[in-house]
Amino acid sequence: MSITKEKNRKKAEPPAGKGWSRRTMLKASAAAGVVTMLTPRKSLAQSLPPIPTQPSDCTPQPTNSPATTPFVQALPIPPIAIPTILNPFPTLAADTARGEAARANHQDWFQFFPLVQYSVSVQPCMHQFHPQIPPTYCWGYNGIYPGPTFLNVYGVPIVVRFANNLPTDNIGFGDNNHTTHLHNGHTASESDGFAGDYWSPGLFKDHHYPNVYAGFNEFPPLGDPLEAQHTYWYHDHRHSFTATNNYRGINGMYLIYDAVDTGFEFAGQGPQALRLPGPYGIYDIPLNFTDKLFCASGEMYATAPDAVPGGTDKFCVNGAIQPYFNVQTRKYRFRFLNSGPARIWTFNLSDNNGNPVPMTVVTTDGNLLPSPVQVISTSSDPTLQGLTVYVSQRYDVIIDFTNATPGTSWYLTNVAAQFVGNAPEPEPAPGVNIGNVVMAFNITGAPPYPDQSQVPSVLTTLPNITTPLANLFGTRIWNFNDAVVGAEGDPANPTAKVFNVNGLTFDPNRADASIQQGSSETWLIRNRFPGTGWTHPVHIHLEEGRVLDRRNITVNPTTGVITINSQGVPALEQGRRDVYPIKPNDEVLIFLQFRDWFGKYMIHCHNLGHEDNLMLVRWDVTTGPSSTVTSPVYSDGTPNTGNGLVNSGAQPNITPALTALAPTFNLNPPGSGKLDRPGLKGSKKGVKA
Amino acid sequence: MNRRSFLTCHVADKSRPAASLGPGYYTNGVFRTHENKTVRFYDDLIKGKISIINFMFASCDKYCPRSIACLTKLQDLLGDHLGRDMFMYSFTLKPDEDTPEKLAAYAKSNGARPGWLFLTGSEYDLTSIRFKLFRLDDPLIDFSLDVHASMLRIINDNNSRWSSWVLPDPPRLIREAVSWIEPTKPFAARVRDNVDLQAKIDRESAVTAPKWAKFRSEHGWPEITAKRENPEGVKKLQTLLHARTQAKVGLEPSHRFRDVLARFQPEATS
Repeated sequence: MSITKEKNRKKAEPPAGKGWSRRTMLKASAAAGVVTMLTPRKSLAQSLPPIPTQPSDCTPQPTNSPATTPFVQALPIPPIAIPTILNPFPTLAADTARGEAARANHQDWFQFFPLVQYSVSVQPCMHQFHPQIPPTYCWGYNGIYPGPTFLNVYGVPIVVRFANNLPTDNIGFGDNNHTTHLHNGHTASESDGFAGDYWSPGLFKDHHYPNVYAGFNEFPPLGDPLEAQHTYWYHDHRHSFTATNNYRGINGMYLIYDAVDTGFEFAGQGPQALRLPGPYGIYDIPLNFTDKLFCASGEMYATAPDAVPGGTDKFCVNGAIQPYFNVQTRKYRFRFLNSGPARIWTFNLSDNNGNPVPMTVVTTDGNLLPSPVQVISTSSDPTLQGLTVYVSQRYDVIIDFTNATPGTSWYLTNVAAQFVGNAPEPEPAPGVNIGNVVMAFNITGAPPYPDQSQVPSVLTTLPNITTPLANLFGTRIWNFNDAVVGAEGDPANPTAKVFNVNGLTFDPNRADASIQQGSSETWLIRNRFPGTGWTHPVHIHLEEGRVLDRRNITVNPTTGVITINSQGVPALEQGRRDVYPIKPNDEVLIFLQFRDWFGKYMIHCHNLGHEDNLMLVRWDVTTGPSSTVTSPVYSDGTPNTGNGLVNSGAQPNITPALTALAPTFNLNPPGSGKLDRPGLKGSKKGVKA
Repeated sequence: MNRRSFLTCHVADKSRPAASLGPGYYTNGVFRTHENKTVRFYDDLIKGKISIINFMFASCDKYCPRSIACLTKLQDLLGDHLGRDMFMYSFTLKPDEDTPEKLAAYAKSNGARPGWLFLTGSEYDLTSIRFKLFRLDDPLIDFSLDVHASMLRIINDNNSRWSSWVLPDPPRLIREAVSWIEPTKPFAARVRDNVDLQAKIDRESAVTAPKWAKFRSEHGWPEITAKRENPEGVKKLQTLLHARTQAKVGLEPSHRFRDVLARFQPEATS
């Protein structure tokens, strides 16, 4: 099959060595045009490299990957996605007659009409992770891993056509149905990549990314600029197979710039520009961290019946094992992303003498912090003694190499070590174990022109949430548990040992909460089951949240009295977030708004393994009123007798944290469904009584 | 597994599907069914079939009852596939307790139909397949009998596709998960399914879309126009700028844009 395709492709190509004559160019473009008119699927198959076939795994599972020499390959930088003109032209309603997957009509399609269009094919590919390991079979956007990086500007809406060209004869875990989630894009529900809205091979789907700030109805036309978020990633979100499909490589980065974070560092851009190091690919570098396991043959071990394999022992950055990156003696912006599947990374930076070097965090999950935060192993704040990145979290980090000695190397280390080789490797720097080194920065010399970038001491101000807090609907409780427990907080009477939220597992057809558009709520996310000690990085779609309080729960073993100890908000959660890691016996109180769009969204654990074990919840934004009971019934209609969590605005332990933020804070009685927002009053029409 | 089966399990066998990993992966351990028949794991249980596998033990009263009840309902949804091309296997976690007779009584009490087998065997063989199919590389999970009562593996040997699910869960969803590992439907059938799904979404939208539009107009969201002023946004940016000026950020000497571009070269990557 693949050989025939290869032959066909060779025919279409001009003779090797002769280059493109005008005649061959015309012939090829005419042929390409004809093919494009037939179906999008065929055109993509023709214009891209031959589709590799999937090999079967080595068996048994290898105890370790092959040995690789560190720092022999340069850090790959994902290419920039190139816009195109889509054919057939994207439409408001799903164009099922021409092969578009079923979806609801785009919301606000004409308000944010996308003139910039992209076409992305999700397909099998070959990728070489290290020069000493042969290319291995993978899946990726446009046949590359990591996928192309989208560079966007706020106010320029785009549409991306994701064509599913995955094979129909795939083996092992992993599913050829696909859906893409833009994490954490402010997108309408039908373009959100909801886990149940996957489409099969041969079909495509247009995702509409309006690239607007949250709250565009209150702050027309583009929303509240203080809700800006700059670093996103997009990835497969097909439920039950997210871990394997991501492990095979279906993910990439998506960046948005605006007048504040312009992506350029030169002076004279306007006074509001931050002038962080840039531009993309030169001084603004994405670092996509993941870990893999390889067979002795070099094949990526990916199809085991135990889903994503344990024992992944090769650390990859942008799809390269232990790469080096040449830097000049100046500032760089690195966009850290943990693309999973499950590893929690804790990064530190050391110079050539093994001394710790600070890393300056400017954004958390793509949101600018109010002011930069320094992470260094000698920090007095324990949360800043290393940059801990849970699955799907992003951190934009400024590293200043200005005082580095040219010719030496600095090393980015992880707290856990990887397998490098059986022979002992020397320490690259005193006290730095080679297995812990994720990548090296080789300092080459002075930059060709002076470093004009800066790290202002004030990066942004946070949106004022006093008014929405005063009109809070109430507090919704989400219990992320390892077992279905008989009663709230009572682990003595479990009935099933599964990952669950509020005692239930995911059903794409069941919404566990419905929330009125325009309302705001506080959500209390708990991890109270002391079973296996998992930390759940909880992710919420649609809007970013503000951490109001983090708490530790202790239970007195003799009296059974529960004590909730407030720990305040850590330095790296002072800004807005979309992933909230919650350790065992911890809970976090966050503030959320639900503006702009209707439809289905999710809250889920972003440990991809837990996600595939159905630790997801669908919640809907509706016309209201908001549901006062969360997770009421199973999908077959039987009531959820597990936790019976009721939206209780009068939780006694919530008020102190809120009053600290907003002295005039006043909780509505739960279920009052009051919707009274300043933006509504201030708008042209006003509020109808 | 005895020496003979160990030696034969790695030999290529034309009777098994080309995509199958074969007994070299799955092992060919010997088990005894609740009908007191001797079976080999790969040859008799997995080869050429869709297998739905879970672990249980008869005396388990904490986690198993809901899981087994869920599987009992799943039988009905599998219809006449059960026993023909789809099989359900419940392996015991406590081979010392669960004799074939005890399992037979358990099967009867749970209304197991032909095609749903309860199996016991040697501790070694049971642990082997448990680790082959259910390992999560977390000792707290891998050695916990409780956790295993809630795990389900679905294996299609014909195309070597796997899926997993959790127990208990609505049987309807497990049936759907079984369908995912069946061979991908032909393109025409997928397109038909897509059109059906679109019709369903359209029916839902016919109810929700007017509600949404009404809500928007009632709450005075602005009219949809191409161009609008953004005074609030401008004000916010001004505030932000003011805050930053107050913080007295030292602005570096400016360079003319053109000069910067002229000197703007990507770094050498040698």
